Amino acid sequence: MAEARIVGIDLGTTNSLVAYMQGDQPVVIPGEDGANLVPSVVAIPDPKKVIVGFPAYPYLASQPDRVVYSVKRLMGRGVEDIQEELKLFPFHLAPDIQPAEVLRLEIGDQQYTPPEISAYVLRQLKKNAERYFGAPVTKAVVTVPAYFNDAQRQATKDAGRMAGLEVLRLVNEPTAAALAYGLDREKEGIVAVYDLGGGTFDISILKLHEGIFEVIATNGDTHLGGDDIDHLLMAIALDDIRGEYNLDLSTNAEAVQAIRKAVIDAKIVLSSAEKAYISLTLPNGQPYNREITREQFEQIIQPVLDRTVGPCKQALKDAGLKPEQIGEVVLVGGSTRIPLVRRLTDQLFQLSERGKKPHTELNPDEVVALGAAVQAHILEGGSKATEDMLLLDVTPLSLGIEALGGVVAKIIQRNSTIPASVTEHFTTGVDGQTNVAIHVVQGEREMAKDCRSLARFDLKGIPPMSAGLPRIEVKFLIDANGILHVSAREQRSGKEAEIEVKPTYGLTDEQVENMILESFDYAEQDFAERQLIEARNEAATILAAVDKAPSHPAWRQLTDDEHTQIGMVAEEVRVLSEGDDLQALRDATRALDQATRRFAELMMDSAVGSAIRGETMESAGEKLGEGPTAPHPIAPAEIK
Amino acid sequence: MPAAGAAPFAMQTAESQSVNAACWSCGCFVPAGKPWCDACGKIQAPSEGVDYFTVFGLPRKLLIDLTALERNFYRMSRKLHPDLYAQASPDERQWSLDQTSLLNDAYRTMKNPIARTEYLLRLEGVEIEAGRSEDGKPKDSRVPPDLLEEVFELNMQLEEMRMNRKMGEDDPQLRADLEKARTQFESQLAAVDTSLESLWTRWDEIVENASAGAEANKIKGEIIALLDRRRYIRNLVRDVNEALEN
Ligand SMILES: [Zn+2]
Repeated sequence: MAEARIVGIDLGTTNSLVAYMQGDQPVVIPGEDGANLVPSVVAIPDPKKVIVGFPAYPYLASQPDRVVYSVKRLMGRGVEDIQEELKLFPFHLAPDIQPAEVLRLEIGDQQYTPPEISAYVLRQLKKNAERYFGAPVTKAVVTVPAYFNDAQRQATKDAGRMAGLEVLRLVNEPTAAALAYGLDREKEGIVAVYDLGGGTFDISILKLHEGIFEVIATNGDTHLGGDDIDHLLMAIALDDIRGEYNLDLSTNAEAVQAIRKAVIDAKIVLSSAEKAYISLTLPNGQPYNREITREQFEQIIQPVLDRTVGPCKQALKDAGLKPEQIGEVVLVGGSTRIPLVRRLTDQLFQLSERGKKPHTELNPDEVVALGAAVQAHILEGGSKATEDMLLLDVTPLSLGIEALGGVVAKIIQRNSTIPASVTEHFTTGVDGQTNVAIHVVQGEREMAKDCRSLARFDLKGIPPMSAGLPRIEVKFLIDANGILHVSAREQRSGKEAEIEVKPTYGLTDEQVENMILESFDYAEQDFAERQLIEARNEAATILAAVDKAPSHPAWRQLTDDEHTQIGMVAEEVRVLSEGDDLQALRDATRALDQATRRFAELMMDSAVGSAIRGETMESAGEKLGEGPTAPHPIAPAEIK
Repeated sequence: MPAAGAAPFAMQTAESQSVNAACWSCGCFVPAGKPWCDACGKIQAPSEGVDYFTVFGLPRKLLIDLTALERNFYRMSRKLHPDLYAQASPDERQWSLDQTSLLNDAYRTMKNPIARTEYLLRLEGVEIEAGRSEDGKPKDSRVPPDLLEEVFELNMQLEEMRMNRKMGEDDPQLRADLEKARTQFESQLAAVDTSLESLWTRWDEIVENASAGAEANKIKGEIIALLDRRRYIRNLVRDVNEALEN
């Protein structure tokens, strides 16, 4: 491979995918099982055994407290944010988590942060891609909900780092979807992307012009998605069972998981059928079978879907547009298969009355990953397919500083094109003060306590001066990933001010570093895979040379015994290179090298002879089908 | 927490003059504020104190061709955006980030006529009330004298509306009155904008003729007064909208 490939990853609440650009089309890379999706489910039956994806499913029934799913909802969040959903998740938090601290899940006697769990999913996708390419993959574009705040973005980036992936760019999911759609047709005009996934909702409004994808406004809810529909149905089934069988299953994790599976199945059926059954076997052996009609289902989920209306209206308002000015609507995310969602978006954007239909041509589960692959390709330098394509995204939330009295002074408004920056000046309030604390928040509310706390920055080492005299210039910069960077300098002394950052819900660099080390055994597993691939390549090279050997004059100079010996060892190498035993393959390859050593020497001699007759060593080598770098193809097999 | 009084919107001033430089890659001359080298195309470190007008190569005039501005923004984005430097050296990546954020900040300000006007006034050394004072609280500008009576009336109606809502009542007459007030204030806002536009034209003439300071100062004063009035009326319209929406 000429250069390292950059893959595109959709790290979803329910499912995750990895894709890349094949020629001028993005394609999803399947796993070993042939499936495009890797469920974002991680089972940790014991600390040495981490199981990701479909194989983790059975543990939901057998050991539900050792399985984590929908961890995306916990990324960059605090214990105070997630009380509601914790009730229905089978896994448990560590008991000693303080507010504004990074979450820790307790699985057995081990603790895992949400980025670590996500890292296992990413590592699986990385493995799938490496298996597909037969080469290491270390760089990726990862998608995030557009409405993710700084902490949630940082947590996603940290997860990449723990998984051994350099995240070159975080792309907003609706924007990625627009990229995937934009590749096929020459679109111009205004596009709205309505993205209702497993756990998050986003609305983005873009302006497309000659390959530029300019996001004008975005809005959403990072706590709204298919999961909420499942939770509503689960609550109803639990109530129902309590009433009918006098059974309280809400504390029975295994039963709750069985109900979860049953309601998800029913939900999916209801997207195409008029009625479905929530059916399962209760722990007491009795069957539970409840009919649910499309109409009942729609009544139940209406409140969830209504929560998408506000963000849509706000985005339109921020963009300064009326619904009828939206040229195209793209539907993304598995939950947009629900007929009621289709009706709601039709109404919101007045589609059918304008003779329009929403775009659903691309698989709503895959479109985000495909768009990530397009963006990865753009970062690689692009090609004809992505020529002129450029993404200009925005920050979803306003950035502010807590001023006196707890009021927020907004410094970067939401929907500002990123990267965006602002420079502010600070001073001291007391004579000789050498520290200034800055509290940075994200959100739209007036008071800092109602906004999301991002971090507290402590400007240190200010030269002691009278109050109000120091002039500290602080630059706040939101990069193209939507992540905040802060730098400061004291202007009078010209000194770079030292900044100590306390991320509110995040991990420090050091903590991330430690988590990479903790998952080292998996890195080793990857390394072993890579070594096996390399050993197979070595073996293939030497076998190709052996196959051609009989046609070389030097072959006839070997004895019959030598011919037999080479044939036997070569066969052994051939068999072993199909298997997984690295050491045996290496040993056999070395033995084959030994067995062919005399032949190599004879060949060298004849090559020297032919060089005298006007032939070069290289051309003698080339006749045996090997590259010009090796003087003879059967060189001592050295494991690099 | 020690006093971290956020200064109202800080900015680079015109005093810090930017200087021409040589391209880091080919050594060719790069004019101050130019983000890339015309000779070799390489991105350059941002120069200090480049103002938003310079970013787009525009004179300090207030009337702008928005279509040309957008075209220019797209053209420059295609040269500077971090996506194009994902595999470049760390220095170039940093410069791309700095140059693009400057470009985006400049575009955001320049495409909005009010933000552009306020920005230019600041470049001219005028302290603009950015809607919040030292303690971050929105500062009420004084009521324009000619509006005193209408504002008094409006505030009564808004208060009544709030009371009604608390009691869960709806008074159609009050609603109609508020809607009428909104129309009235909106037309006043439009009038302010028309006056502003004529001031912009006059300002641009002065820039073109490089005329003396007295006239420029007079126009500046008028613009500042109009901006204050505009901000005040806009807040009124916002309050009425909020009252009517709920
Ligand atoms: Zn140059």
